[in-house]
Amino acid sequence: MRTVTVAPASPPPDRRLARPSRLRRSWDRNWYAWAMVLPVVIVLAVLIFYPLGRGIWLSFTNLNEANQVAEICTKSITGGEVCEENPNRWEYAGLDNYVRVLTGEVGRFWEWTGITLIWTFVGVAFHYGLGLGLAILLNRPMRGRGLYRVLLVLPWAVPAFVSAFAWKFIFNERFGLANSLLTTLGADPLPWFSERWTSLFTAIVTNVWLGVPFMMVALLGGLQTIPGELYEAAEIDGASPWQRFRAITLPGLRPTSMTVILLGTIWTFNLFPVIFLVTEGEPAGETEILVTGAYRAAFEGIRNYSLASTYGVLILSILLVFSVFYRRALRKQGEVW
Amino acid sequence: MSQSTSSGTAVSTARTPTAPIRAGSAPVQTSRRAGRSRRSRATSLLLHGTLIVASLVAIGPIVWVLLSSFKPGYAVQSTNLTLVQDPTLANYRYVLFDTSFLRWLLNSVFVAAGTMGIGIFLSATTGYAVSRFNFPGRRPLMMVFLITQMFPVAILIVPIYTIMARLGLINTLPSLVIAYLTIAVPFCSWMLKGYFDSIPTSLDEAAALDGCGPFATFWRVVLPLARPAVAVTAFYTFLTAWGEVAYASAFIQTDNQFTLAYGLRQFVPQYNPQWEYLTAAAVLVTVPAGLVFLFAQRHLVSGLTAGGTKG
Repeated sequence: MRTVTVAPASPPPDRRLARPSRLRRSWDRNWYAWAMVLPVVIVLAVLIFYPLGRGIWLSFTNLNEANQVAEICTKSITGGEVCEENPNRWEYAGLDNYVRVLTGEVGRFWEWTGITLIWTFVGVAFHYGLGLGLAILLNRPMRGRGLYRVLLVLPWAVPAFVSAFAWKFIFNERFGLANSLLTTLGADPLPWFSERWTSLFTAIVTNVWLGVPFMMVALLGGLQTIPGELYEAAEIDGASPWQRFRAITLPGLRPTSMTVILLGTIWTFNLFPVIFLVTEGEPAGETEILVTGAYRAAFEGIRNYSLASTYGVLILSILLVFSVFYRRALRKQGEVW
Repeated sequence: MSQSTSSGTAVSTARTPTAPIRAGSAPVQTSRRAGRSRRSRATSLLLHGTLIVASLVAIGPIVWVLLSSFKPGYAVQSTNLTLVQDPTLANYRYVLFDTSFLRWLLNSVFVAAGTMGIGIFLSATTGYAVSRFNFPGRRPLMMVFLITQMFPVAILIVPIYTIMARLGLINTLPSLVIAYLTIAVPFCSWMLKGYFDSIPTSLDEAAALDGCGPFATFWRVVLPLARPAVAVTAFYTFLTAWGEVAYASAFIQTDNQFTLAYGLRQFVPQYNPQWEYLTAAAVLVTVPAGLVFLFAQRHLVSGLTAGGTKG
């Protein structure tokens, strides 16, 4: 508590109150901060952590759309309703779901994980690379800078599902812009969605287009926090432009980069609409990432809630493990975060 | 696209710090500005060339969809590459008048404005508390914010649906506002916390000396100073609510409660999309988001800066 000190209450009249419990003191000191975060904590607890807890529990059951009711009721001829217990009611199933998912009995967990890793790595690498490049360009004074910035950030303002449709439209095999351009240039039109890598390519292009503006803006902000004197000093010392980039720009951007790369990785890993709408898993589910693959495996046909939860728990675990290692790696380099 | 930009990166790294020697500590802006005179013609050309190509790539798809939205159906689906062909407003007429467009628009405005208003308030108070007070539970809260970003929404939507059903909120717009707040508020709190960190605490102390309570300090002193970050928060919360489809498709069941994004997706059949209507719909959904963007874009860079750096 740096700024606001709660004025101490008038001297306690009673000896019992002279030494309030630790809890009491902590409350006196912190109630204000707690009150300010309370609404968020409640909403998160109800809508994130309760579902999470329930999801974890469901992943150990066999709940699905067909066996979710406790009783089966049938209307009898006389008009009354007869209910009897559902004999196939859902029940605790131990690790069954996990075994089925991880052995590949349902869905293609390992293949999807592989695709997800490629998708995430390539996506974030391009987001960061292009974002950094454009941020550095935009950080220089020049004519029309404001206009460039608006145009380059514009993709951010387009809702994700609209961009997904726009790019699917562009990559349409019969009349899409991409194939029209290829034909105009004298090349053969490509059947984008009938081969795995071209299909994944379309999704990655969409995702890169979507994600660069955020990175660019964040890094541009980061660049502006680097004091200009550092560059001046380096220049006096005769550092080459590349040396200045390595020794000043990159370290200066470190705090920003750490955060945006972590967030970018998490967001891309779970990015549902692009794969779902652009490639739709074509061809034959070969471009599914974990979230979309799990969604189809669990929700097409009879909705399998327990299976969905199992995938949810696995995805969350992968990301948690990743962020723990990420933080540890950064901390080892002397970064306190 | 990647090629041209990566070469641009190399160029810029080679040229960025061309600040001349100056006495004293010149602010970043002025010292950089002096680099202009030193830039050669070729570099300048390359710089603008790269940026123009990048800008074209950025707005190309939007422009293409916009152009297509004025074409009649047969022209949209033709293999010939034309920019304008038999321009018509028929697609817009269909989307605007043969669907419940106005109703959906109002629903979306309600949801987006609600998410924006409540979202700004919640993330600002939370961000301020986390930035200024060192209370027990502070670090875990920051971790929780990060974890919420990892939540695979599409998969765990069923338990959330169950809760909404139990609260009697299914098929109501407030259910969407609440759901979108869970998506937007953690990130926004994080961003605002970073920005508040960059505002000197001496201002708070001065306000406290002048007799402001903690809330008045926050409301009257710190929040007005954080206007850029608040603008970004507004943009982000609005956009989250405006374009979201997954929750909307799960929670909303009747036509008169659809949001714009979900409603306009609805009338496009899954297997045989009517691209001409889709393009018009895409334009109509994007325009309000674009307006909010134009309002917020001036603040985007400075608003996101501190948020990004201070994590």
